Amino acid sequence: MPDTATTPRNITAAHEDPPAVRIALIATALLIMGVLIVVPLVNVFYQALAGGLRLYFENLLGDPDTLHSVKLTLIVAPAAVLANIVFGVAAAWAIARFKFPGRALLTAFIDLPFAVSPVVVGLFLVLIFGLQGFLGPWLRAHDIKVIFAIPGLIIATAFVTFPVVARELIPLMEAIGADEEIAAVSLGARGWQMFRRVTLPNIKWGLLYGIILCNARAMGEFGAVAVVSGRISGQTDTMPLRVEKLFQEYNMPGAFAVASVLASLAVVTLLVKSALEWKTRSDLAAAAREASEGGQA
Amino acid sequence: MKKILFVAWVAMLASIGSGAAAESLTLLNVSYDPTRELWRDVNAHFIPAYQKSAGTTLEIKQSHGGSGTQARAVIDGLDADVVTLAMWPDTDAIRKAKLIDDGWEKEFPHDSSPYSSTIVFVVRKGNPKNIKDWPDIVKPGVEIVTPNPKTSGNGKFSFLAAWGAVTERGGSEADALAFVTKLYGQTPVLDLGARGSTTTFVQKKIGDVHLTWENEAHLEVQEAGGAVEIVYPPISVLAEPPVAIVDANVKRKGTGAAAKAYLDFLYTAEGQDIIAKHYFRPIDEKVFAAHTASFPDVKRFPVTAIARSWDDAYDKYFGDGKIFDSFYKPKK
Repeated sequence: MPDTATTPRNITAAHEDPPAVRIALIATALLIMGVLIVVPLVNVFYQALAGGLRLYFENLLGDPDTLHSVKLTLIVAPAAVLANIVFGVAAAWAIARFKFPGRALLTAFIDLPFAVSPVVVGLFLVLIFGLQGFLGPWLRAHDIKVIFAIPGLIIATAFVTFPVVARELIPLMEAIGADEEIAAVSLGARGWQMFRRVTLPNIKWGLLYGIILCNARAMGEFGAVAVVSGRISGQTDTMPLRVEKLFQEYNMPGAFAVASVLASLAVVTLLVKSALEWKTRSDLAAAAREASEGGQA
Repeated sequence: MKKILFVAWVAMLASIGSGAAAESLTLLNVSYDPTRELWRDVNAHFIPAYQKSAGTTLEIKQSHGGSGTQARAVIDGLDADVVTLAMWPDTDAIRKAKLIDDGWEKEFPHDSSPYSSTIVFVVRKGNPKNIKDWPDIVKPGVEIVTPNPKTSGNGKFSFLAAWGAVTERGGSEADALAFVTKLYGQTPVLDLGARGSTTTFVQKKIGDVHLTWENEAHLEVQEAGGAVEIVYPPISVLAEPPVAIVDANVKRKGTGAAAKAYLDFLYTAEGQDIIAKHYFRPIDEKVFAAHTASFPDVKRFPVTAIARSWDDAYDKYFGDGKIFDSFYKPKK
């Protein structure tokens, strides 16, 4: 290898573009972010509060259908998150700890909900649970409601957000490795004991990060939920559906008031996410450091 | 802390679940897009009257969307007690799925259509492009907004109105085809439903003329605060949105009597008056006479004038690869 390629000066030159290019790139990035993200976000709050605080709260709390949509979202999102914690931990555990045939396939399948359009997910569910679908007639005969009711909303949301928790945990668990768990088992820990006292403390920040991200996605989910909701006002309208409905009913302040709640959620998520990201990164680094030190010893 | 949160969550779940308490009756009305305000008003008048006469508490839920989409949802199990869709074939599709009994068109007066409507023009204030009749809307430089005929009742009726405006005034089918080809060549966007294209026209300020339901046009003028105005074309299509009880659902739920009373109410003088106030044309002549000022004369031809039947119209104009597909190319 020619040694000129690795002199510090060349490296610096390769890493640093001329100031004009740098400024132009940074300005473009900031401009795009400003136009696409900051302005609309500020506008949501501006529109929501344009009629004053009283109208804002009246719009949020005075309309029973809106209030119901908030409640419904607060039921559907946590239920979906709960399901995904169980699935996510189980899937991450299986993938990070075991080598088995079909492991690569499972990894690919976990990402499927990200790749498929949410509307298609909704249609899947209609095909399964709809009256013309596989299970629909049986469910109807037993008077069990799945689609066009809360269970359908939860399933749709859980399905769409399914990869979030698992995706967070797999790299974390792979990086941490199984050493501590093996140690725990060799010292006589039972499965559950080991999970609770060794695995869980190790992954808790990553898990929390996954939960928060999952919750944000779950609350904002529109496409899949729109298909299975049936759009019954005051019954199966979640917050994003309610926003659309209010918007279409010419109730701009109302639509923006609900939108502002969703937007606030996004901002809070972003802040918590950044904090947790920092925490997981330092955990990962610590794990890597320990591993390399262990290797040297 | 976690326990408190969990208990609060369960309590909320219970509070939402208890909406369907035992002795109270709940009806679900599955309807199309532009009728939200109408049904809200009808419900507000019908519920107290019914509760007084029947002695049970009644709640009526509404669901709105594109007419075809809504029919599909009912077929897939959306628990509608009554359907009040935009057009006959959508309701009949539910019959074909065996959820509505045969002969539903004759269950209520006037072929189960308590009101009629039509497609009118909405233009910018002062009518700057001087649009008065159908040929005016395809003049060079005029942009037209109307929903997609494939997905929307409004869209279908706009198409049929344009077609019939040619053939009902002596034009041939070839003339009509040339006319709609030109028309849809001048539509910058085709929204999915009626409300979508209203938003396009009023909020996004796209287009010079909006082909829309008569009632939607009035709502639009109100919302736009005078920035747009209605133009009544001399000729347009006669739309008669039908109502029906979803027999399979009311039998299972035991809501048949309430559902029948609900739809019967539409034919009372009070019901017809509410309908007229929302700019749907009532079938009751007395009520119509009292509101004639709201309903300028438009010569309206039925769909059967330009097709053998509704099923035929659907297939001939909107079937896959049929007339609409033959000329419409989405804009790049």
